[in-house]
Amino acid sequence: MRKNLTTRSVIIVVTILVCIFGIIGFPTSRTELVDHLKENIRLGLDLKGGSHLVMEVQVQDAVVGDARQSIERLQEELKKQNITWTSMEVSDAHAVADADNVVITIKGIAATQSGDFRNLIGADYSTYILTTINSTDYSMKMRPSDLVELKRETVARTIDTINNRINQLGVAESSVQQYGRSGSDYQILIQLPGVDDPARAKQLIGTTAMLEITGVDKAHDTAFSSHEDALAKLGGIMPLNEKLVRAKPRAGAQGEEWYLVNKIPVITGREMRNARAGQDDVRKWQTSFTLSPDGGKKFGKYTGEHVNDKLAVILDNQIVSVATINERIEDSGRIMGLGSDEEATDLSRYLRSGSLPAGVKPLEENSVGPSLGADSIHQGIVSGIAGLTAVVFVMLLYYKRSGVNAVLALVLNTVILLAAISYFHAALTLPGIAGVILTIGMAVDSNVLIFERIREELRTGKGVLAAVDAGFGKAWWTIVDTHVTTVVSCAFLFLFGEGPVRGFAVTLTIGLIANIFTAVFVSRTIFDYELSGHRRMETLSI
Amino acid sequence: MELFKNTNYDFLGKKWPFIIASLVLSVAGLTSVVLKGGLKYGIDFKEGALMQVKFAYPPPDNKIRQAMLRQVKSEVSVQDLSGSGIQNEVEIATEAKGQGEGELAANRQDMERVLTATFGKPDSGKLDLNNASRETLANRLREPLARAGVAMSEDQLQAVVANILNEINTRHSGLITDFNQVASVSGMNAGIMNTLRQECYLSDFHVMGAQMVGPKVGKELRQKAVKATLYAMVGMLAYIWFRFEWIYGLGAVIACFHDTLITVGLFSLFNKEISMTVIAALLTLVGYSMNDTIVIFDRIRENLKFSHRENLETVMNRAVNQTLSRTIMTSGLTFLTVIALFIWGGPVLGGFSFALVCGIIVGTYSSVFVASPIVLFWHNYADRPKRSGAVLPVSPGPSAPRAGTARKSPTKAAK
Repeated sequence: MRKNLTTRSVIIVVTILVCIFGIIGFPTSRTELVDHLKENIRLGLDLKGGSHLVMEVQVQDAVVGDARQSIERLQEELKKQNITWTSMEVSDAHAVADADNVVITIKGIAATQSGDFRNLIGADYSTYILTTINSTDYSMKMRPSDLVELKRETVARTIDTINNRINQLGVAESSVQQYGRSGSDYQILIQLPGVDDPARAKQLIGTTAMLEITGVDKAHDTAFSSHEDALAKLGGIMPLNEKLVRAKPRAGAQGEEWYLVNKIPVITGREMRNARAGQDDVRKWQTSFTLSPDGGKKFGKYTGEHVNDKLAVILDNQIVSVATINERIEDSGRIMGLGSDEEATDLSRYLRSGSLPAGVKPLEENSVGPSLGADSIHQGIVSGIAGLTAVVFVMLLYYKRSGVNAVLALVLNTVILLAAISYFHAALTLPGIAGVILTIGMAVDSNVLIFERIREELRTGKGVLAAVDAGFGKAWWTIVDTHVTTVVSCAFLFLFGEGPVRGFAVTLTIGLIANIFTAVFVSRTIFDYELSGHRRMETLSI
Repeated sequence: MELFKNTNYDFLGKKWPFIIASLVLSVAGLTSVVLKGGLKYGIDFKEGALMQVKFAYPPPDNKIRQAMLRQVKSEVSVQDLSGSGIQNEVEIATEAKGQGEGELAANRQDMERVLTATFGKPDSGKLDLNNASRETLANRLREPLARAGVAMSEDQLQAVVANILNEINTRHSGLITDFNQVASVSGMNAGIMNTLRQECYLSDFHVMGAQMVGPKVGKELRQKAVKATLYAMVGMLAYIWFRFEWIYGLGAVIACFHDTLITVGLFSLFNKEISMTVIAALLTLVGYSMNDTIVIFDRIRENLKFSHRENLETVMNRAVNQTLSRTIMTSGLTFLTVIALFIWGGPVLGGFSFALVCGIIVGTYSSVFVASPIVLFWHNYADRPKRSGAVLPVSPGPSAPRAGTARKSPTKAAK
């Protein structure tokens, strides 16, 4: 083994160079060094700052939505065919589990018309299965295969829409993906590294953003101060096809504002394009948009017929703006009187990305501000240096010159570990830094094992070369055993853990594997190098 | 320098005091857990929401509590995080206690609003620089800067804004008390400084981070933690069975259970929280404790090959004495690194480093005083009638996977 000392030295030197390159590249200045370091070592969310969100797509919203639309169509068609009915209702669905039990109940179809009714359903509503309850009542439920497809598609569209929205935030390396945790197909994971306004990001993601522009009732076009006040002024009866909607509460405004608006909107968010936030001549915030050709036609017709009437802009069932129509508008428009630049910007984002097909419910969140991240990095580095210094000091004191071998091996081990993190693009988390520090402590174990063995062999009277040989030889399997058990622990931690804990498992595992290389191969080479220079070494500084 | 040269302590002879000490400590831990009504879970396992907030002065815990009490529907607790390098920080938390995710999120938002209303100036019309994001600060400054005649391109504006916030976050932990603290940021000039003072104010608090764990996720995490621990222990038992004889494996696993039990008991005694990272620390400990145990077992096995006449207790004692130097050194060195983490590692790793500190001490001790005695007891019991020296069953080494049975003489030494 002593013969290929040169080969072994070359291997070690090449490894060192490759690792150093992986960490800092070929820097030509100090700033470049820091830049390369930042680029190569990816920081986890807990060190860089940012948000980690797990949300559940409320697929039942989409199922209920489809049912409601079907009811509207059905009512139109039944009217055309002069089939009467008493009531049509959709069952409630509040949780994802309810999605499979959404049922439309239709009551009061005359027995004589049941044949026509059934034909109609069979022809136009093939995604539903019709069940007869009794001679006049029926229930409709979506076919299982169509239901599965709808749920799957809802999740896919939600992911797309959220992706659009966060892309507009300009957060680098942000990601939205389906999150396959046990038992749930509807969870999505959103990661926003470096986002420094998590509250706004969450709002942007979680808002369904159903936008409608609808006419305000001509006879009652000023705000009411409360829901009860409105009903009182209407004589207790809500006009058909109209609804009361509350205006969005603004900072500094007193009391509530309610408006009476048409149920059917003139145009919806789907027909708006190219929305942009900006300011008008008097420095108030607004969002401007253009319309699709269809939307333009509808809007032009309505505005042409209703000059001097008012229009209300409703976002997720809250009025954000009310304006008077000055003239016919065909191709573009502005939503004015918004509260702040954030509101205008967010509104333009919702319009550009579209509304969510279903609501999202937050299940888990971890937001770390950039200051917390910076603090954590600082603490990690300080404790790392403290630990390393203490270990180096003790090793040198206790094992004298041989201690230097161990220290070199240790330093190389840490370098290999950092390089591996860089090459695998693994994210370094705070527990990951703890893993690096722990590796130092555990790696030194191997060296201690070998050195103690060498000391023992020397005590039994063996010569230096023989003692070193025996020391390395006898300690080998023990080293393997001890590393395997810790790696087994880490494997399970990786399987069952998340983010930060995984970071820890990864760094400790890589550190220990690298240790087998450094503590045995490298350390041995250094010993051999020392011993090869002297013909006959009498003593070994250990 | 060499401590522990040729020692000859009778570890296994004097095992009883230590076994009793173990039992006492375990019972103390268990009693603490029972008396305190269970373990203190961190947010990973206990559903709820938390915020870490830093203040410009020692945080007024009571004022915060009162303000929250009036406006937030659920119970809010305020805990001071000061200590170990942290100053003026509190953790404001609310538990889910049977609420769904929707209510939890609503309460979370209320907590933030109350904080802003009590310690900020939401109606002043100015932007809070201590809690601003890059986008809001840039949007806020753009117009006033143009009006003041400060010539800047959009890129320059974004760069200055990023530098200002970076300075606040990295040098001042996110909270400044005086605008002058950002006066020397690159790209700053008098015009920008004036506009900054005009458009912004400095509140007394800064939100460092926030976490929320809903009921669904909390339950999953608890299950995962338990599974990870169980599987890991089984995995290790299997490995040791493979490398040594089954009773050695059992001894090692019992030692590990002992370590985990005592460490968890200490967590309860010192009122520390158990989070997912603490579970990671516990599993690492289990692996580490196995290390020590294996080293001693390895030595016992080796010694047994050359000592057919002595009884097991003597052989074990010798093995422990021989490995004493190595055991103390390794544990000592690892302990040094872990203590460094405990002292300087910060509050996020607090539970993690505490678990490691306790665990290393307990783990080393258990390899000698728990694992080996168990093997000793078993063999003394199992080989009572045929006491004829220490011809004891030992697995032949790494090349032969099947554990040997009684009276098979060991084959060649492990390499």
